[in-house]
This record gives sequence, structure tokens and C-alpha cells, in this order.
Amino acid sequence: MTSADLEIILPEIVLALYAMGALLIGVYTRQDGMARTLTMLTALVMVAVAFWVGVSPDAGLGVSNMIVKDGFSRFAQVTILLSAATVLVLSTDWMERYGLLRFEYPLIVTLAVIGMMIMVSSGNLLTLYMGLELQSLAMYVLAALRRDSVRSTEAGLKYFVLGALSSGLLLYGISLTYGYAGSTEFGAIILVALAGDLSLGLLFGLVFILAGLAFKISAAPFHMWTPDVYEGAPTPITTLMATAPKVAAMAMFARVTHDAFGQAVNDWQQIVAVLSVVSMFLGSIAAIGQRDIKRLMAYSSIAHMGFALMGLTAGTVAGVQAMLLYMAIYVVMNLGVFAFVLSMTRDGREATDIASLNKLSARRPGQALALLVLMFSLAGIPPFIGFFAKLYVLQAAVGAGLVWLAVLGVVATVIGAFYYIRIVYLMYFGEADAPLDDGMAPAQGIVLAGCAIIMVVGVVNLFGLEGVAAAAAATLIR
Amino acid sequence: MVGLEHYLTVAAALFVIGIFGIFLNRKNVIVILMSIELMLLAVNINFVAFSGFLGDVTGQVFTLFVLTVAAAEAAIGLAILVCFFRNRGTIDVEDVNVMKG
Repeated sequence: MTSADLEIILPEIVLALYAMGALLIGVYTRQDGMARTLTMLTALVMVAVAFWVGVSPDAGLGVSNMIVKDGFSRFAQVTILLSAATVLVLSTDWMERYGLLRFEYPLIVTLAVIGMMIMVSSGNLLTLYMGLELQSLAMYVLAALRRDSVRSTEAGLKYFVLGALSSGLLLYGISLTYGYAGSTEFGAIILVALAGDLSLGLLFGLVFILAGLAFKISAAPFHMWTPDVYEGAPTPITTLMATAPKVAAMAMFARVTHDAFGQAVNDWQQIVAVLSVVSMFLGSIAAIGQRDIKRLMAYSSIAHMGFALMGLTAGTVAGVQAMLLYMAIYVVMNLGVFAFVLSMTRDGREATDIASLNKLSARRPGQALALLVLMFSLAGIPPFIGFFAKLYVLQAAVGAGLVWLAVLGVVATVIGAFYYIRIVYLMYFGEADAPLDDGMAPAQGIVLAGCAIIMVVGVVNLFGLEGVAAAAAATLIR
Repeated sequence: MVGLEHYLTVAAALFVIGIFGIFLNRKNVIVILMSIELMLLAVNINFVAFSGFLGDVTGQVFTLFVLTVAAAEAAIGLAILVCFFRNRGTIDVEDVNVMKG
């Protein structure tokens, strides 16, 4: 391994060494008292690595063409690291209250984050698979973290079975791609596709890979694990699942379709378009009947993944740019909403039913207002940043001549707006029956307020993200 | 003469059996773990067959990685299953139903 190679994967190596070193110290000292400090330290390390990745220059391919550090992977990595760090900071109070704050928790999250970083910067199907598995195995454990709860272990079991099934589908696709393209390198696969139409074997490989990836981003019709796992997993873990892994899987989806199969846009465009439309409509319609806010957010995430996929369907630089912006904004909105969900308790026990939001504005006006902003933004109502996320995606779809897709997207948005606005209605005009406990941990309050403020202030220029995302998207498309 | 297509047929058959094992099995979660293992091994046959056919070692290297990951996956799956059994007292597929869906 040359020093250039080392430079390319140094951030991942540093994180991995940190995780293993901290694990050794944790096991030998056996002090769960230091778990809180360790969680904060891990968050700090992640922010530092995010900054490091953010300012380092594009290094290109390295490590035998296994890893690629271009603008696209750096954008995704920074988003992943920052959202995971925020989740760690948010979750300490919740974890402490329910006796789950053990030193393993931040370390398993770190391992999952390393997996996600490798997923988004893979230049070879082998690194893609290894990164994906590192992320998935860590997430299975996290979903079942509450070992004494039937719901949490059941969520872990369901996530594991369906996750392993999706890994199998993905792997079968990879094996066919390897056989018919003669290589697992993205750079070599794109050359095969360049030579002419995809062979039938390669087409089958592509379809299997896309099906496996659709499981990971919970796009319909491969979404069935999402509501149960979101509901059963401990709430901080649900927060994590709704943010960082979604970004990683979506970036990986973009990399496979635009890098390895970038010359076969017509072959995968229809598949991705169908995934997008089905996800948007299923997410918007099925969420209407939900009574639990975690299940509601699960369906909401399915619908949002449909929109992000719409950007990818375009197959253009504008489409990838729209997808990156959409994911960044989606993560901020979700962090804000979950910061509130984490604080929902009644008589000292967790209460995540939507009915407990009734007449929230009377007792916690500031938080109700922040939640209102976030809900309107999730629904895509104009003055807020969520509207611009959808606007970019729709523009990309129209720009690629997919007007029918954009029209269906607008229809799905209108349907989906119903359940977001219903929450706002309950908060302001509902009948107060079983109110929530007052009070909120400082970290949760700061994140909730911060995300709500971003929704309003970001409208000015999206914090300059637009140009960064455009540059990142340009590096992906060759 | 046993050619590439024979290996691919066997692998495809094993893979489909694995998938059906997951969805048609109404009895026991352990059977699901076995089905998952069957799917991964079918993929390994594919990799090794292609590797021999192409005269390229990448496929065999990939197989070793898949075997390692499959071992880790089985370990984690069984650990989660043990936790579930302690809480629920059963590992029948029909009893994995506290949450609807």
C-alpha cells in the first residue's frame, strides 16, 4: 500500500482504530459510568473527521481502484458523519433514562458509520458489499439493543431476516455482474456497457443489485420491514436509521447506477422510476391511518425516498445534485422531528402515540411552533426549505423529459401533506385528554430549535449547499 | 462435460430454494437462518464457477469475503434470536407478531 493509498482511506482507518481502542478500554475498565463521556467524545471525533474529509482535496481512485474519494463521496461522508454525531448527542439523555447508555452503544454506531463511509466511497463491488455488511450488521445489533424488550428484539429479528435477504439478492446480482462483465470494478463495468447493449446476464445482475439496494433505502415494494423496525427499535436508533444509513444507501444507489451502469441509463431508468412512484404513493397513503409517530415517520421516510429516487431517475448531473440536496435537507428535517419524539414521555414512560400531541401548543408553545415549521417543511409547503428540496427534484425530472413522473410526484405531495397537517391541527386545535410530561433535555431542545431555524433561514441561499452539491454531482458522472 | 451453465443452474436452483425457504416457511426462525445461508452459498458457487470460466481470481477472493461475512451474520442472527427467545419464550415464525406488518 503506497502513501497515496493510505491518504485516501486514512479517515476510515482513524475511525476504525478509535472504535477498536475505545472498545478495548471499555472492556478492560468495565465502567459504564464513562459511557456518557465516551458518547460525547465519539460525537466530537465524528465532527472532527467530517471537517477533515470536508476540507481535504479530491484524491480520486486508490487502493487498487477499490476506494474512490471524489466530491460525491466526500459530500455524502460529511452528511453521514454530521448526522450520526447529532444523533449521538441527542440520544444520551434518552439512553440514560431507560438504562441503555452502555459504552458499546457509541462504538457500534461508529462501526456502522465506518461501513457507511466505505459504502459511499466504493469503487468496486467488493468494497461496496463489505461496507454495506459492516453497516447492516451494526444496525441489526443496534435495533435489538434493548435486550429485555420484546418489541426491540422482534424489530432486530425482522430487520435481520429481511436485511440478510436483501444482502443475498444484492450478492446474487453482483455475482452475475462479475460473470458477464468480467470484473467487479466500476471502471471496468462501465466499459462493458459502453461497448453496446447490456447482455441478458448483466441486465439480470443489474436488476438484482437494484432490488437489494431498494431494500436498504426502504423503497416500496421492498419497504415492509420499515414500519415495524422503526416502531420497535429504541427511539434513538430509529433516529439513526432515518438519517445516516438512508444517505449512505441512497449515495450507494447513485454510485451503482451512475458510475458502474452509467452508460445504461435507459436500462435502469424504468426500474428506478417505478420504485420512485410506488414509494411516493405508498408512503403518502399508508401514513394516513397511523397512530404511532414512529410508524408515521417510517412511512414518511418511504415517501421521501421516492422523491430522492425521482432525482436519480433523471440520470443527469442536475438529478444527482437534486438527490444530494434532498437527502441533506431530509436529514435535517428528520433530526428536528426526532429530537421532539425523543422527549415524548407520559408519567415517566415513553409515549409515542400521535394522540398525545393534542393541544401541545397550550403547554409548550415554542416546541409546538418548531414542530409546525418542521411538519410544513416535510410536507413541502412553500416558505420552508423542504419545498425547495422537492422543487429541485421536480426540475431535474422535468429537465430529463420525465414530465409524467413530476406530475405524479406533485400529486403524491398533495396526498402526503394531509397527515403532516393533521399533526399540526392536533397540536393547535386538538382535544387535550392525556397530556405529555413537560420538559425536554437541553440537547434535544437545541437540536429541535436549530433544525426549525435552518428550515426558515436556509431559504435565503441553502447555506451555499447548492454549488457544493452541483460540484459533487459533476464528479460522479463521467 | 460439466460446463459453466450447469454450475449456474445449480446455483440458481439453490438460490430460489433459499428465497422460498424464507417466505414459505411457517414454522421456525432457525429454518430462515438456514435458508439465508443457502442463498449465500449459492452465490459462492456462482462466483467460483465464473472465476474458473474467466480465469480470474477476483471471484474466489470474493467468495472468501462472503464466507467470512456469512459467519458474522449467522453469529449476530443467532444472538438476536436468543434475546428474542428469552423475551417471548418461542421462536415460531407465527409468534413474531407483536407489531403488525
